[in-house]
Amino acid sequence: MIRLEHLTKVFGAPGSGVTAVNDVNFEVPAGEICVLLGPSGCGKTTTMKMINRLIEPTGGKVYIDGRDTDMIDPIQLRRSIGYVIQQIGLFPNKTVAENICVVPDLLGWDRKKSRARAAELLEMVAMEPASFMERYPKELSGGQQQRVGVIRALAADPPVMLMDEPFGALDPINREVIQDEFLRMQETLRKTIIFVSHDLDEAVKMADKIAIFRAGRLEQFSTPDRLLANPATPFIETFLGSDRTLKRLRLLRVAEAMLAEVDVVRREDPVEKAGELMRAKGYPAVLMLEPDGRPGGVVSGDVISGGQASARSGTCGDHAEPIRAAVPVEADLHSTVALMFTHDMPIMPCVDEDGQFQGAVTYRSIIKSLSIPETPA
Amino acid sequence: MNGASAERAWRGRPRPSAGAGRPVRTSRTAALPWLLLAAAVGAWCLSSDMPAEILSYREDIIFLGRQHIELVCWAGSLAILTGLPVGAILSRPAFRRTSEFILQIFNLGTTIPTLAILALSMTILGIGIVPSIFGLWAATLLPIVRNTFTGLRSVPAPLKEAARGMGMTASQVFWRVELPNALFIIFGGIRTALAICVGTAPLAFLIGAGGLGELIFTGIALYDLPMMLAGAISTALLAVLTDFLVGRLQYYLVPRGINPLR
Repeated sequence: MIRLEHLTKVFGAPGSGVTAVNDVNFEVPAGEICVLLGPSGCGKTTTMKMINRLIEPTGGKVYIDGRDTDMIDPIQLRRSIGYVIQQIGLFPNKTVAENICVVPDLLGWDRKKSRARAAELLEMVAMEPASFMERYPKELSGGQQQRVGVIRALAADPPVMLMDEPFGALDPINREVIQDEFLRMQETLRKTIIFVSHDLDEAVKMADKIAIFRAGRLEQFSTPDRLLANPATPFIETFLGSDRTLKRLRLLRVAEAMLAEVDVVRREDPVEKAGELMRAKGYPAVLMLEPDGRPGGVVSGDVISGGQASARSGTCGDHAEPIRAAVPVEADLHSTVALMFTHDMPIMPCVDEDGQFQGAVTYRSIIKSLSIPETPA
Repeated sequence: MNGASAERAWRGRPRPSAGAGRPVRTSRTAALPWLLLAAAVGAWCLSSDMPAEILSYREDIIFLGRQHIELVCWAGSLAILTGLPVGAILSRPAFRRTSEFILQIFNLGTTIPTLAILALSMTILGIGIVPSIFGLWAATLLPIVRNTFTGLRSVPAPLKEAARGMGMTASQVFWRVELPNALFIIFGGIRTALAICVGTAPLAFLIGAGGLGELIFTGIALYDLPMMLAGAISTALLAVLTDFLVGRLQYYLVPRGINPLR
């Protein structure tokens, strides 16, 4: 757990100096990722560097797990905190193994133990230890260097990590891959992480909490979902952009927008039953289930209201169009909406991992799930 | 070997193919003048008794060569021992404003002709080995200080930040990160400095420190060409050998990750 209390930094002479960080307070619970977000020069990096005392605060306190960091020797403090920078900063004179073992070596670990740890970490990021341990950084690709940069910070298993735009130097494709990889690692590692970024999409993706900075002040501190739903100031609203609602879709699961109690038809039901359901419940279309419980087709509203003579008679099976897509309940709404647009499906069946029908989402149910949380942060 | 055989040797090599697209031409044609030169030297050696006359100074070459090496070793190691720390200290942030000014003072060491330095040091320290070593030291110092300073200064800031952020003390950052990463440039300075030192050392004879300069200057004074060449060729060979040896050291001592040579 990291707690900042009235943290302030003034560069230059007191009184006439520049206030880079002004009375910042927040608390990051253990095991969460907190992204410090804001335009350049907003004080986010300075705030981060005051946590491991690379920059000494002018005022205020930083507590890590309840301990006042002013009471800890800065060298010991930094060795107990993982540190990743944008430029990666791998030491070109050291091999990959030596780079990973920098902190264990500083802490005086047994060589065998530290090298075993390096191999274990390399495996964690899918880099074959036998072929990478003795390589030099210049012999790695950019993505591999970045991975080594991250696992180097994890080497001594610090509970807290500081990451200064760690994926900023990567191309967009590699960045996505490494972000996903890192989030998977974080699921088991549960580190408390302060993550500096100026990229909103990255922040929304990585963060449990987002701290938005502007001119040295903390403007808003909340979960990504609440931030996107309730920007506290006009500045944040502009910063988040006009498509912030679409960004929120990434944070929501299908399950949150799913109508579980949705009525469906069977293949042998008369088509008139589908028409009645649409009229009574306001469905844009009605899903048809197969006997084995899988979604099999959809009777669209056009068929019923189209006025064709044949549409009034026959079974649902005669009029249903085949299902073009179904989404798993754990998928995010962003990709779900994309599928609904792509296939022009006003109603989207949701299935479990066995393909069994669980419910459906409609545009209306998604919009309802986006309704602003009642307790704004 | 004569000119014709050299020409044949050249012809015998695979010719650079015109359409291959790889620019091998320069390295191949550069060999031609060297081969011609070697042929000319060889022809001259065979046709005159100069080599025999030069070799008649063998004992002098060995005796004076040893003195020469001694002078270079003293001046060179003193220059390294003083140049490295001075360069390192100047590269510290505390000297950010003054370092260039101080380096200009060291520049004087090379701007003032070595002969003048030797003359000046003779007036203070008398004649002999000590003033010579002092003069050579002054002439050798600058490349070492300059390269140590530049090498340490050019270590990228993110490396130092990463090192500090991971909990290295200031001295650990210096010894484990800055110095190893500056090593290649520092070695370059030492290499230049020692080559200068070997080449300048003959002047030390003028203030009574012996060395191969004795053969060169006496040879000039007596218009004794073989004697002069005995000194000059040995000095040249010594300089090339020194450069080669330091080059080998540079190759093996600088870590592979930052050594562009391997």
